[in-house]
Amino acid sequence: MVPFAGWNMPIQYRGVIEEHLCVRERVGIFDVSHMGEIEIRGKDAALFLQSLITNDLEKMTDGSILYTLMCYEHGGVVDDLLVHRFSPDHYLLCVNASNQDKDYEWIQNHSGPFQAEVENTGPRTAQLAVQGPHAEILLQPMADSFLGDIQYYHFRKGKIHNVDALIARTGYTGEDGFELYLPAEEAESVFREIIKRGGPYGLQPIGLGARDTLRLEMGYSLYGHEIDENTSPLEAGLGWVVKLGKERFVGKEALAKQKAQGPARKIVGIKLWERGVPRSHYSVTQKGSPVGEVTSGTYSPSLNTGIGLCYVSREHSALGTRLEVRIRNQGIPGEVVKPPFVPSNVKKD
Amino acid sequence: MEVPKDLLFTLEHEWLRVQGNKGVVGITEFAQDQLGDIVFVELPQVGSPIKQENAFGVVESVKTVSDLYAPVDGKVTATNKDLETNPDWVNSEPYGKGWIIEIEIDDPKKLDHLLAPGKYLEQCQKEQHG
Repeated sequence: MVPFAGWNMPIQYRGVIEEHLCVRERVGIFDVSHMGEIEIRGKDAALFLQSLITNDLEKMTDGSILYTLMCYEHGGVVDDLLVHRFSPDHYLLCVNASNQDKDYEWIQNHSGPFQAEVENTGPRTAQLAVQGPHAEILLQPMADSFLGDIQYYHFRKGKIHNVDALIARTGYTGEDGFELYLPAEEAESVFREIIKRGGPYGLQPIGLGARDTLRLEMGYSLYGHEIDENTSPLEAGLGWVVKLGKERFVGKEALAKQKAQGPARKIVGIKLWERGVPRSHYSVTQKGSPVGEVTSGTYSPSLNTGIGLCYVSREHSALGTRLEVRIRNQGIPGEVVKPPFVPSNVKKD
Repeated sequence: MEVPKDLLFTLEHEWLRVQGNKGVVGITEFAQDQLGDIVFVELPQVGSPIKQENAFGVVESVKTVSDLYAPVDGKVTATNKDLETNPDWVNSEPYGKGWIIEIEIDDPKKLDHLLAPGKYLEQCQKEQHG
């Protein structure tokens, strides 16, 4: 167990590699109750959110989910988050645990002219992620509705094991699966029931260690690593959630300027050819000259090789570029690849 | 937790099995458990000198990377080449197939710096609850 954003979190139960492969091949359950939840309601809820987020709410429908960022005026990232739309005037945001208080304050401080209520529902909300190819077949008998027609990045209110739940087809692993938002006091009974029913499917509980290796194989950003207040979404490869065509949002002017100039550095995936594990802050070189820095790295349990995400200067970011990661004074060679490092298996329509 | 009675230990969680003027070195059950899945071990060259409390190699797990410290002064006489293909043996059999190097011990008096099994166990319990 380790302290993480004020929570006591399990790094691993049986071992990172075993848990990682369990999610890729079967199904795993993660207690991710540390994630923050914020609800926004009211006549101006949509307008208010639109003014804060970089992505565009316009095309959302009830029951859909949107990945987005909130940025500062200078274009740095406040947080990355998921927006769930219950109705045009009611939204649930799922934010990073370490940013929950900051986000809540940020949102409140910008609510001035809008008729919208902001509520921090994190403390009373627990979250369980059930991820892996057997996730649906495991959860279906516990659900009060047919899960098969919940599409990727959509959710439904329903019951799981007779407990009111928001059932979302999302995750941080690249596998099919669900994230269940539950009343905190009833989450333990749901967790236990899933563990009990999971036996025949080879279910295991999964710790933070495998959560990180799974997301890294997908090339998903993690706040504090690939993105933070000093990074731009454009250099982080998140330009696809920055909609500069929107009328206005916090950070738009700075981001439009950056886009016109082109970012000086870019996040790329790097896959090592030789033995070595890239780790945060290791230097990235080309023929010995520094060109960037690793933001996240690990040993990939699926590929049996070292992989990482790193910032490199734009001229060294082309796919196939040969780079080295400096590991204990040695340049371990590898090449720039396009994440995901392994194919994603999320549900397709 | 397993702490074999025939071994000596370092504060950094290496073990040493003394056989005459030779010894075998590995990492302990406690260490492998803390590191988690080990994905490779960087071994020293056979013939290279090692110095008590100085790093002689590196063990890398999915989670983290950690130096290996020499329990005494001496010289490397053999390395466990099997770890190149089976680094996980350090996890599964830290006191057996997961041994790391074999050494020649320069000065047996320096063994006094090492911890006996009982003391080592106390040390682990302290770290676990610290």
